[in-house]
Amino acid sequence: MLPPELSRSATALAAAIRSGHVRARDAADHFLARIARHDGAVHAFLHLDPVQVRADADAIDARIARGDRTGALLGVPVAIKDNLCTRGLPTTCASQILVGYTPPYDAHVIERIKAAGGVILGKTNLDEFAMGASTENSSFGASRNPHDLKRVPGGSSGGSAAAVAAGFAPLALGSDTGGSVRQPAALCGIVGHRPTYGAVSRYGLIAFASSLDQVGPMALNVEDCTLLMDVIAGHDERDSTSRAGAFDGVGARRDGALTGLRIGVPAEYHSDGVDAEVRAAVQRVEQLAVAAGARLVPLALPLTEYAIPTYYLVVTSEASSNLARFDGVRYGPRDEAGDLAGMYGATRRRFGDEVKRRIMLGTYALSSGYYDAYYKKALQVRQRIGEEFAKAFEQCDLVLGPTTPTPAFPLGEKSDDPVQMYLCDVFTAPAPLAGLPALSIPCGRSKSGLPIGVQLQGPSGADARLLAVARALERALALDLSPLESPRGA
Amino acid sequence: MELEPVIGLEVHCQLATRSKLFCRCVADFGGTPNSRICPVCTAQPGALPVLNEQALALALNAGLALHCTIRDQIKFDRKNYYYPDLPKGYQISQFDEPLCEWGELEFELEKGGTKVAKIRRIHMEEDAGKALHPDGANVSLVDLNRAGVPLVEIVGMPDLCSPAEASAYLQTLRRTLRFAGVSECDMEKGSLRCDANISVRPKGQEKLGTKVEVKNINSFKNVERALMFEIARQSEMVARGEPIVQETRSFRDTEGSTIAMRKKEDAHDYRYFPDPDLPLFDVGRNRIEQARAALPEGFVAKRRRYQASWGLTDYDTRVLTEEPATALFFESVVAAGLSPKSAANWIQGEVLAFLGETKGSTKSDISELKITATELHALVQMEERGELSHQAAKKVLRRMLETGVDAQNSAVALDLLQIRDSGALAATIDEVISTETKVVADYRGGKETALNALLGRAMRATKGKGDPNLIRELLLQKLGKPGS
Repeated sequence: MLPPELSRSATALAAAIRSGHVRARDAADHFLARIARHDGAVHAFLHLDPVQVRADADAIDARIARGDRTGALLGVPVAIKDNLCTRGLPTTCASQILVGYTPPYDAHVIERIKAAGGVILGKTNLDEFAMGASTENSSFGASRNPHDLKRVPGGSSGGSAAAVAAGFAPLALGSDTGGSVRQPAALCGIVGHRPTYGAVSRYGLIAFASSLDQVGPMALNVEDCTLLMDVIAGHDERDSTSRAGAFDGVGARRDGALTGLRIGVPAEYHSDGVDAEVRAAVQRVEQLAVAAGARLVPLALPLTEYAIPTYYLVVTSEASSNLARFDGVRYGPRDEAGDLAGMYGATRRRFGDEVKRRIMLGTYALSSGYYDAYYKKALQVRQRIGEEFAKAFEQCDLVLGPTTPTPAFPLGEKSDDPVQMYLCDVFTAPAPLAGLPALSIPCGRSKSGLPIGVQLQGPSGADARLLAVARALERALALDLSPLESPRGA
Repeated sequence: MELEPVIGLEVHCQLATRSKLFCRCVADFGGTPNSRICPVCTAQPGALPVLNEQALALALNAGLALHCTIRDQIKFDRKNYYYPDLPKGYQISQFDEPLCEWGELEFELEKGGTKVAKIRRIHMEEDAGKALHPDGANVSLVDLNRAGVPLVEIVGMPDLCSPAEASAYLQTLRRTLRFAGVSECDMEKGSLRCDANISVRPKGQEKLGTKVEVKNINSFKNVERALMFEIARQSEMVARGEPIVQETRSFRDTEGSTIAMRKKEDAHDYRYFPDPDLPLFDVGRNRIEQARAALPEGFVAKRRRYQASWGLTDYDTRVLTEEPATALFFESVVAAGLSPKSAANWIQGEVLAFLGETKGSTKSDISELKITATELHALVQMEERGELSHQAAKKVLRRMLETGVDAQNSAVALDLLQIRDSGALAATIDEVISTETKVVADYRGGKETALNALLGRAMRATKGKGDPNLIRELLLQKLGKPGS
């Protein structure tokens, strides 16, 4: 077993492996053992190949033995959301329509992690095609929140969040379309960062809604999150929406970020719809920030209430087209049914209810005669939301508020009510619509011990600044950010 | 009631790029099925498109050659429909903001004169793969080599009034695109495809009749056949008082007829929307103006120039601008130093005749000639210097075309170099004089024409290789003036 100071810090673990104090193989064994012991209860992983993981770790150790100690993630295991393509490792999006699919190529972020010496640990659970906020939409069964196994870990990157919180992996990748990195991070008590749109290449991320999807790092603390962001960010010519500018990893680690900082506090983020304990936790963060030299700027973001309907029109429209390729012709399972139309129908019946619902909604929104009223209107509102943020960022450096309206909810509570589930995204959907970076860090616990997250949103390209501020707030909050010894509430 | 047809053509043309529109796979015709594919063009989950800027450059050339207004931003849209040869379940195309709009094409009419037809729009899009349905098999096969190959669709206005006009328009469009380097425009290889929209209306009526779209027209000849069939079919329906249904029909080569494919109400709702994977691409006025300046000269301009600057006949210029490669070769021969008229004669007479004979068997093309412009020039210079007779020069050129061996060596190999050595010729002449005593006597007797007979004998004796001027000179030296 790894000592506690290494099991709670990927940065320290990488340093220990680099300096030869710990072997990559020891690290791999540590996390594999924890997974073997506890993932039966948590169900964070969909695909795990311990033999391969150990072989990859051994290869890193062999490299180090030859004197090659390069790579920011040297020997550090990273859990990967199962909508990121991994060559030779199943990639299913937690869908029956991709059962047995093994991609012929690595996603850009996977290439980057491997090049940095990271070890791909396994593929984590998600809501099918990242559509959901609880992982209950996984066709392989829900993941559980390690802080209370009767509750959801959030979603759609619930498997990755649960894996980090449960100490199965020091780092994980998620993807965030409307909050899928930040919401599970908040519910599982870890750090999750949604980068500026285009800061991380989407090449190899299986598309849900292309204009919003972003790969994001998840970790126990901001330092580790920054470490992973530094590895995955940067221009990639294979993604036409990739941004030219580089991530400022040095700036993200600079101290003193709170002094003179103008923190926008929108009235809309403090409504009665937000759980009282969540509100109190966020207010405490505000006070700590002020004490550290920041200034609060009251804001109005009246378009916040239109974010959810706008978001659901855009994502369903794009998803209806993005998921057309799953037709049983070239890869994945095929269900024969006499003729071509029958084969399409039978094969695509493998999609789960939520996926079908979104394909239907999106098909409708894009249909001739409805396009102007729905899709086009949504694009117009989206534009306005961006403008509203741009105006807000003339008055403040970043916007602070709750990541989610409530802490983790019990499994089954919202699974029959799509609209209640969609409302989980109320604070996380606006930033993606505007292409902005946002992150969630733990800021406290409810009386029943459930984690609460606070969200920081910044102007486009301000990822490094957000991380620097988050690091300062994390220090001020002084919470225990160790992974759980073992899952609770079984 | 006299009816008149109204015709507009929609032409798909494959851009002559090395690679596909959104990935780096080879875009050539053919290939072992599914050998030219990658994660992008097979629509693997997570793969993303990246615009091939060479395709953009060629699409720009199409727009410029057809005098279109060019947009300085490209927006791509998704056209959603399901078919096994369409890997993503949508085609990346351009919907409401095509790259080029409102151009025109001038073409010649059979009866003389020209006509200008308007081009409504030109947009870029990717091709689909091919679905094959082998006879007797209960499976279909999909070949994705063609999936993602770059196309432009050129939509003409319904400005054409007869099948002959449609054919002339299409031929002229093809030549225009070929000269602009946009496309091979080879209908057999599918790099040019034509769909026709056609309706009929009473002569003099402004309002258009109900249109029918005819697809699967696979040759130039069939454009006229399909249109003639459709005009007759629609005219008969009108005569019988039957309404014409808006529909898509398919041309059948063997019968020369069209059959219904789908009615308007069965038409797809393609649910076009902007492709979020491809942000607006800035073409830039600079790029457009550079392309305009660098646009290869069109065949109309070439014809004008050949006549005005080089004094070629209308007929010559037409032959030389039939194909871009012919014009290119002609111009390079002139650039090598040959006079335009002489270059035109050699190319038309010998080079094109040679290609005409070998065509069919080897599909020769002037761009595959085994000789260069410089070598053709060298040959003509040999004739001008008297080293080859005109007849011999033609034979030598033929050998050069067949073997690729240069003029000097071909002439030596064929033993056709003129004998211009007076020593060598003197012996022959002495022999002729000694054997042809009667003719010599006639000459000496004052019959001037007898010299020509002696010259002919000497030429025969040298197997035609003797330089006739030199021989005449030597004969005169030996025999003196007639009657002397």
